[in-house]
Amino acid sequence: MSGTALPQRLEEIVEEFADLPGDLRLEALLDYSRKVPPLPPELAANRDALEQVHECQTPFFVATELREDGAVELYFDAPPEAPTTRGFAGILYEGLNGSSAEDVLATPETFYTSMGLDQVVSPLRLRGIAAILGRLKRQVRAKVEAAHALMVISPDEGPAAVPAAFLGTKSRAWRPMIMIGP
Amino acid sequence: MTDKLSGYAHPERLVTTEWLADHLDDPQVVVAESDEDVLLYETGHIPGAVKIDWHADLNDPVMRDYVDSERFAEMMASRGITRETTIVFYGDNFNWWAAYALWVSTLFGHPDARLLDGGRQKWIEEGRPLTTEVTKRERSTYPVVPRDDTHIRAFKEDVLAHVKASKPLVDVRSPQEYSGELLHMPDYPQEGAIRGGHVPGARNVPWKKAANDDGTFKTVEELRALYQAELGLDPSDDVIAYCRIGERSSHTWFVLSQLLGFQRVRNYDGSWVEWGNAVRVPIEREAATRAPTTQT
Repeated sequence: MSGTALPQRLEEIVEEFADLPGDLRLEALLDYSRKVPPLPPELAANRDALEQVHECQTPFFVATELREDGAVELYFDAPPEAPTTRGFAGILYEGLNGSSAEDVLATPETFYTSMGLDQVVSPLRLRGIAAILGRLKRQVRAKVEAAHALMVISPDEGPAAVPAAFLGTKSRAWRPMIMIGP
Repeated sequence: MTDKLSGYAHPERLVTTEWLADHLDDPQVVVAESDEDVLLYETGHIPGAVKIDWHADLNDPVMRDYVDSERFAEMMASRGITRETTIVFYGDNFNWWAAYALWVSTLFGHPDARLLDGGRQKWIEEGRPLTTEVTKRERSTYPVVPRDDTHIRAFKEDVLAHVKASKPLVDVRSPQEYSGELLHMPDYPQEGAIRGGHVPGARNVPWKKAANDDGTFKTVEELRALYQAELGLDPSDDVIAYCRIGERSSHTWFVLSQLLGFQRVRNYDGSWVEWGNAVRVPIEREAATRAPTTQT
């Protein structure tokens, strides 16, 4: 990926929305709200580890996992009564899940601005999608840095190794999200 | 009418879920859903309900203001609403946007607009039906009526005059927003204002204190205790309520003016997004009253 180009799948989604007439964009967002897979059993069983943010907005959770091959797995947990937030999550899941950490980190938070969603979703709420991506990127960055740091102090592991301690550590992975509202 | 409703100053402005269930086929009644989440209606709505979106339908797309008379008339006509229609608004999160939509319809003087007590939450909790079927209503004729911004809407200048005259202001945001601390939370989306705090002299009563956990309004006795006995407001007072962009304060406007019968209540819809960004308006950071409650 070079410059500000988006990962291919995310780019396709952005174009898909941009090409739709306004009223169909809402329908497309609803479709994406249905594309968020349920939490895997080991995460779903570990809900006590979730930290809920007691704000007046929808509680929303996000987790990331850095695979050994450097790809990023994304997990989302948003209640069904928050379909717009789920729609944002669905776009990010479809567009970024399985991308390399490098590509995720290079995705600009402003990627959504050309989708035309501002005609159907209020500006403040729309910024939620940037906030979700920002949170994902922070998690990924921390994991990449932690992996590198451990490799420096553990030369025996070899340069390509990613320490098992940083792969899918559930309680460490969960971070709360606040949804912005009106 | 239930005993609870009959205690309010204007009980005709509220309907119960039972009443609405009995009137879904009433041609005089149009049910309108107004939500915070722009997709919630599409996931399932009360049978026959139309959608009125606060952002797309009630606000001007360019200027920060409400739609003008022509656009409002067009919006109502497209949903098959006439000037004689009884509109029942309902929505998510304790009816906050439903109250906002009702307040905007009051700017245009729609004669009969009501709220569903308990909103979307209570309807669902009672196991009442929802549908994803697209509502088809025949287009109606709705007159182009002037918008009256003088009686229930306040502007920044009105608030400044209120501060000078030491008249009552109610800040209905959370205690954290009232104190100003919320703007400083790290890592969270910008809340849209450069400065935090509240309008000098404003008292903090978070809007949701007027509601029960099931989304219904508290009884008139409880509301009097909250706003009159505790806060010291009088029904003859000239009151301005505000929040961040005017939706939560629409809820409080409804409580004070429609349920308690206050004669002069205005909603400052510019609210903190305007005040917290305006140049040389006074801001207070320390609490003006007793320690605020913890409710959001």
